Amino acid sequence: MELYQGSLDVKEIFGRWLDEESSSNYGAYIPFVGTIRAEDGIEALSFDIYEPILQSWFDSWVGRAKSKGAKVKMAHAIGDVPIHTSSYISAVFSPKRRVALELIDEFVEDFKANAPIWKYDVIDGRRVYAEDRSTPMSGSGILGKKGDK
Amino acid sequence: MVKIEFLGPISQEPLKIEASSLEDVAKTLQDIEEISNWLDKCAVAVNDEMTNDLSTKLKDGDRVSILPPVCGG
Repeated sequence: MELYQGSLDVKEIFGRWLDEESSSNYGAYIPFVGTIRAEDGIEALSFDIYEPILQSWFDSWVGRAKSKGAKVKMAHAIGDVPIHTSSYISAVFSPKRRVALELIDEFVEDFKANAPIWKYDVIDGRRVYAEDRSTPMSGSGILGKKGDK
Repeated sequence: MVKIEFLGPISQEPLKIEASSLEDVAKTLQDIEEISNWLDKCAVAVNDEMTNDLSTKLKDGDRVSILPPVCGG
């Protein structure tokens, strides 16, 4: 797992990952690139990350991939990421395509739902929490009043 | 004392409180107006381990993290 201040250098990272696994005998390499779209007048998105829990979340996926003979990798940006640049990339390597195609789907969806990362719109230089696009993590709400017995 | 940290967009400085379980933490936080509205949608970690068990016991020096809704990527 790799974290960077600002936009990701997608070509460098994907090229390096390809080199790292060049003799690992994987038959499939499926990359995913998340790019900031221009919408609603934003100039950038901005991200906060809580690294200790992100690392354990990622480590659990490394184990899950390994049990299928596959490998997952990811990189994410911290701070401001201008539109038309990348904030998140990930990839799955596996011996055959089917495992990698299924894993990239599950990995990216679980990333969206459970990786401890918070997104903000940057408009006129101000950060606004993207609350309407955010998802409560698994197990949320236990401290709320509805959690009372 | 237990330290409570608020992550991401919750603009609240860390708190130190007396608590022997997450139930005690819930009671304390429900009484703080700026925080109570967040609680229904926040996840909880104790010493960086996620938990969804309100009866989790706490000891002196434990760190409780409050994680609001996420959106990576």
